[in-house]
Amino acid sequence: MSNQLILNKKIVNNDWVFLLPVIEQKEVKKQAGKVVMFKVTGENFPEDDDLNKIKLPDVSKILLPLKLYLLRKDEIEKKYSEVGLWVYSHEDFQWLSNLNLDLNKFSVIGIYIEKFADGRIYSLGNLIRRKLKFKNDLRALGDILKDQLFFLDRSGFSSFLIKEGRSAEEAIKGLSDFSHSYQATLDEIPSWRKNLNG
Amino acid sequence: MYKYNQIDQNIVNERVAQYQDQLNRFLKKELTDEEFRPLRLQNGLYIQRHAPMLRVAIPYGLLSSVQLRTLADIADDFDRGYGHFSTRQNIQYNWPKLEDTPKILKKLADVEMHAIQTSGNCIRNITTDPFAGVSPDEVIDTRYIAEILRQWSTFHPEFALLPRKFKISISGSKSDRALIKTHDIGLELIEKNQDLYANIYVGGGLGRTPMIGVLMKELLPIKHLLSYCESIIRIYNLYGRRDNMYKARIKILVKSLGINDFKRQVEADWDNGNASPNMLDDNEIKRVKVFFTSPDYEILESQELENLYSDNKSFVNWLKRNTRPHKQLGYRSVTISLKGKYQSAPGDILSNQMRAVADLADQFSYGEIRSTHEQNLVLADVKETKIYELYESLITNNLAEANIGLVTDIICCPGGDFCSLANAKSIPIAKNIENLFDDYDYIYDLGSISLNISGCMNACGHHHVGNIGILGVDKDGSEWYQITLGGQQGNEASLGKVIGPSFSEEQVPGVVKKILDTYLSLRNDDSELFIDCFTRIGIDPFKQIIYQEEA
Repeated sequence: MSNQLILNKKIVNNDWVFLLPVIEQKEVKKQAGKVVMFKVTGENFPEDDDLNKIKLPDVSKILLPLKLYLLRKDEIEKKYSEVGLWVYSHEDFQWLSNLNLDLNKFSVIGIYIEKFADGRIYSLGNLIRRKLKFKNDLRALGDILKDQLFFLDRSGFSSFLIKEGRSAEEAIKGLSDFSHSYQATLDEIPSWRKNLNG
Repeated sequence: MYKYNQIDQNIVNERVAQYQDQLNRFLKKELTDEEFRPLRLQNGLYIQRHAPMLRVAIPYGLLSSVQLRTLADIADDFDRGYGHFSTRQNIQYNWPKLEDTPKILKKLADVEMHAIQTSGNCIRNITTDPFAGVSPDEVIDTRYIAEILRQWSTFHPEFALLPRKFKISISGSKSDRALIKTHDIGLELIEKNQDLYANIYVGGGLGRTPMIGVLMKELLPIKHLLSYCESIIRIYNLYGRRDNMYKARIKILVKSLGINDFKRQVEADWDNGNASPNMLDDNEIKRVKVFFTSPDYEILESQELENLYSDNKSFVNWLKRNTRPHKQLGYRSVTISLKGKYQSAPGDILSNQMRAVADLADQFSYGEIRSTHEQNLVLADVKETKIYELYESLITNNLAEANIGLVTDIICCPGGDFCSLANAKSIPIAKNIENLFDDYDYIYDLGSISLNISGCMNACGHHHVGNIGILGVDKDGSEWYQITLGGQQGNEASLGKVIGPSFSEEQVPGVVKKILDTYLSLRNDDSELFIDCFTRIGIDPFKQIIYQEEA
């Protein structure tokens, strides 16, 4: 697993262990003639059984899948000095929101994408900041490359675990691809209200 | 038209640098094909059959003469001396070299142009009525709203990688010339008690599952336009399908949730828009609006051009077909046809013709040109007293084809000759159909009719909304053509019905001729247009004649 972390626009030493369950490929049966649920987007997701089988590593700071945490909360809280949580990009925001979890109890919340082209991460970041009022470190995990960083930064992310094999020194430059943006996100001000337009 | 300020200029300059870096990393193999693909696409670069294709944005179809001359220079310096106007009002080059693309982008940036978001799974070029600001039936000039949306959608960080492409179109006139009901979001601008509102249609689109958009929100105050669109696209971004690219457009999500549930989710997220940082204010609207004020029109009298030139039948035909009334007395809007015997394909234009059009725009129309989704060009503000002079100049440049809205004004995608998605060729089909008609009287007698051709079900040639639609299909490796009848664009937008089993390339012109002859023999009189006749008599009479004789 990659260890190249960019946090608050600096390359830093990463002391968090990111736990990504290995999921067995399961065949998804599609029923002929039936409308496939719109939320079926093809991703595999660990079942409770899989999550129960995971051996929790002996480290001090760990980033765990949210569902694993919910399932084995007592054990986890006893074992680790610090726990961060992460969700898959295909986990439903409505579900997350309805958990009524106090996210600010956690110093890191991560969102994981399997593929670069998965743009759900941006909307999830925006919603976790704006609707769930998360104030601590929001981390992008998975297929994270230089070319997403400018957008991720503006969607509320504060740290980026760069994909294994890619240079974090190169990637960090992506944060400054543009010196201005038109539209506002989160608590920014749109360009037209900055009074910069001559 | 809109002029860049320092922010606008910085953004396009920085984009050129960013793209150059992405291309370098790809050439050095630091980026895989799969990783480079979304990056190059968002810059309009396709890898095609013969060479890369570069699509350049023409925001809402508006160009200056300076910009058009630069497009001509690019065609000469980096391509084969021509360009192709697309059905999204953009221009495409079919033969650039991959290594040259950053240089082309630099040339574009120097004249306030770019190729940003002309492809890929993002918000595409915002389109609107090519007669915005000049049409007599206009209620709201859509251009400043289109520019506000262009800026808002440019590098919107949340919508950089959507499930699929996303197209927005705006209409501000009584009759819709912007196809708003066949867009992912269609906006209809309305004025009420001097306040500006938008009606919002969602989930329309052509492609392989054509659908007419549904009216989702009525009378949305304009200050909430951006936040409401953001909520629509956010729900789509989260829940649109990503496992199957053919089911990934917003129309599929809207259909599977139902408009009521979709709207409920959007409005729960939107929360009346009051917390949005992108609420529009009067200052911003005013700032952009001043770029689109009317030019200083002269006070002129209307000219009786038809009577004045009644002995010149060719001119009168051109005047009737290629010009339309203007809101200002004594002016007309002129459409320059890019279809017909002088163009190698519908929408194609040679570099010297681009320069000629740029000169004519300077001479006759305040230096501005518009491109239309029908793949023609418009000079919007021409004095009636100068129309004849303009016509003569167009003749010398082989640009005076008098066929706007007629059967030879064919909308056509590049098809199998260029596009790697296509199932079948489309340009030769268009040319063969054109060749049917050497008799202008026959064409004029047919009157207004639209004939649209797409080389595959992605429907870039808008075949579903053609009165006659032709779709290239692949059957066991050979090229066939399915014909639909009765589609139309505009307020009464409807999708064509398939006439029956498909035809071979050789059969198509004959079948089209039979369809037209059937219409001529069955119409009430010459005031009954093809589409009205079709609506009255239905598809059966056409079916009978075509398949009876084929059998």
